[in-house]
Amino acid sequence: MAHLSLTSVGKTYAGGVDAVRDVNIEIADGEFIVLVGPSGCGKSTLLRMVAGLESVTHGDVRIGDRVVNRLEPADRDIAMVFQNYALYPHMNVRDNMAYGLKNRGETKSVIAERVAEASRMLELDPYLDRKPRALSGGQRQRVAMGRAIVRQPAAFLFDEPLSNLDAKLRVSMRGEIRRLQRRLGTTSLYVTHDQLEAMTLADRLVVLNGGRVEQIGAPLEVYHKPASVFVASFIGSPAMNLIDARVEAGRVLVGSHDIAPAATDAGPVTLGLRPEDLSLASTGLPVAVEHVEELGAQRIIHGEVAGQPIAIADSSASELGETVHVAATPGKIHLFARDTGRRIDLAAAATGLAHAV
Amino acid sequence: MTDTPIADMPDAPRRSLSARLSDWYFAETPNPAKRVQFSRPLTPWIFLLPQLAIVVIFFYWPSVQAVTSSFYIEDPFGFGSTFVGFENYTDAVTNSQYASTAWFTALFCVVVTALSLGLGLLLAVKADKVIRGAETYKTLLISVYAIAPPVAGLIGMMFFDMHMGPFTKLFAAFGYDLRVGIDYWDTAFALTVIAVWKQIPYNFIFFLSGLQSVPVSVREAALIDARSGWRRFKDIILPLLAPTAFFLLVINITYTMFDTFSIIDVIVKDKPANNPMTLVYKVYLDGFKGNDIGGSSAQSVILMIVVAALTVVQFRFLERRVHYG
Ligand SMILES: Nc1ncnc2c1ncn2[C@@H]1O[C@H](COP(=O)(O)OP(=O)(O)OP(=O)(O)O)[C@@H](O)[C@H]1O
Ligand SMILES: [Mg+2]
Repeated sequence: MAHLSLTSVGKTYAGGVDAVRDVNIEIADGEFIVLVGPSGCGKSTLLRMVAGLESVTHGDVRIGDRVVNRLEPADRDIAMVFQNYALYPHMNVRDNMAYGLKNRGETKSVIAERVAEASRMLELDPYLDRKPRALSGGQRQRVAMGRAIVRQPAAFLFDEPLSNLDAKLRVSMRGEIRRLQRRLGTTSLYVTHDQLEAMTLADRLVVLNGGRVEQIGAPLEVYHKPASVFVASFIGSPAMNLIDARVEAGRVLVGSHDIAPAATDAGPVTLGLRPEDLSLASTGLPVAVEHVEELGAQRIIHGEVAGQPIAIADSSASELGETVHVAATPGKIHLFARDTGRRIDLAAAATGLAHAV
Repeated sequence: MTDTPIADMPDAPRRSLSARLSDWYFAETPNPAKRVQFSRPLTPWIFLLPQLAIVVIFFYWPSVQAVTSSFYIEDPFGFGSTFVGFENYTDAVTNSQYASTAWFTALFCVVVTALSLGLGLLLAVKADKVIRGAETYKTLLISVYAIAPPVAGLIGMMFFDMHMGPFTKLFAAFGYDLRVGIDYWDTAFALTVIAVWKQIPYNFIFFLSGLQSVPVSVREAALIDARSGWRRFKDIILPLLAPTAFFLLVINITYTMFDTFSIIDVIVKDKPANNPMTLVYKVYLDGFKGNDIGGSSAQSVILMIVVAALTVVQFRFLERRVHYG
């Protein structure tokens, strides 16, 4: 077990593709970090640089106190769980788990003990003598986890380990991974493009976009205070509404409608409103209703405001006309600079203003 | 075994050569869609007829002929034949020349198979390192190797030519008088080199295809589990190559026993000396050159039995040790 640190880590592939740029992350011992981002944003590349499967072209990767940039994967004291399990097809479950330990020269009794323990934890006892091809996807994934656990590594690395499983199994395996990680207390780096998986698993999220870190923070912090338009649109489901607006005289306006006070400089902004922070009201922003998705517990009303799409999560059962009025929950609005896409911190701006007064 | 989900089938054409090879060879995933039902029971036989005719005319009929004539001694001028029971067999087996030919054939088989498999694998491993992912490069390499074998055989024979072959000259430069076609072991050496040389490309292609079908993530998992490259090769790659290797083993043994005929023919033909040859060549020599049809038939029957036994042994014992994913 160890802390992990990435300092100005970058990766330029042969051919000049900058897959990862200037990533700085400090990961505490025992922390569960989830790397999340859209396809092609460099998540796997970053993880594989930590694993040693990909060379590090810029910066330093440290595991514990060692810079591991030039170490072989086998020497880095890490274990990795792959998306397609990557079990050895010709070895039975027991041998799959024991193989790494054998190569490290552990004694037979230590190997047997660790395999037995992992197999008990993951409920793999009935399958120990089976070959991987005789296992279901979920069972294979558990064997892959077992193979990682028996090594007792400094860090677990997961590359989308659940994306080959069906939705239901994914949820239960998610819980299982989290429970195991808590129990073992092993520092973990987990890659996914599924923001729900990211939110539920992480101690801290690292949101990547185009090879750069957009935001690092606890899931709720990222949810409540997205640092940029990108994070705002990526985290949360249904996605946050992002509407062109402007600030005039301390008020946020969409078209001619006053939404909320905003103590910030006048000018164009992007207004972020989470569908769940909007509610139907008798007055307020007029939304032309286009269609409604019934989800049972609630419904998502899709509509248009000032020519821009908007979604509202509504749990009332009131009749809808062609136009509805919505109001935003006070304090739940997000503003982003139109040019940079970065968050405008209203609280900071407000206190700044208070001091000035 | 109909547990192959139909949904998997669109993937089938994209699978690697060696995967399909092992499927075909061991019938791991029979294709349920290919099981066609005919309404009239005669129809399939009509489709089978041409193939069956070929098999019967060119295989079963000569085989039966061989078995029958192995029990007769034929008059050298073809006027008649006498039934002699097992005499042809006892003659063949007790003949010292037959014994030495059998011994040479076995040795030749082992050496040629081992060398051509080993070298083919070695080259494939080296090539695999270079061309992983580079499709055009791979196609180029493979097509060159695919064109090479028949040409290689011919060139090999020229290399060992008694008077002007470069190998003969090379050996002479080291003070060794290489006398292919005259000295028993020199000839054996030349035969082995040419046979191996000719077979390497074939093994290379299959091994390379097998190597390329080992999933990248499995290699990477091994990279994390084992520091030593040799270990990874021995424990992970080699077992995954086993279906390919097993297939090649069968093919290579058959090759050395039968397909080396033309090489031997070119090198030892019309050479009076005591030269090494395989059992197959001896069958030909005794039958067609020595006009001993009965003895030659008996030898070929023995050969048939040996091959049948070998095949059974290979499938029974080796197959069990072959793993798949
Ligand atoms: N070997 C390579 N050579 C060149 N470019 C590469 C290579 N591997 C990946 N890339 C590029 O690097 C970028 C990041 O790839 P990466 O695999 O890390 O994405 P990812 O975030 O894991 O995506 P996904 O969610 O689809 O798995 C992509 O633009 C990809 O095209
Ligand atoms: Mg990826």
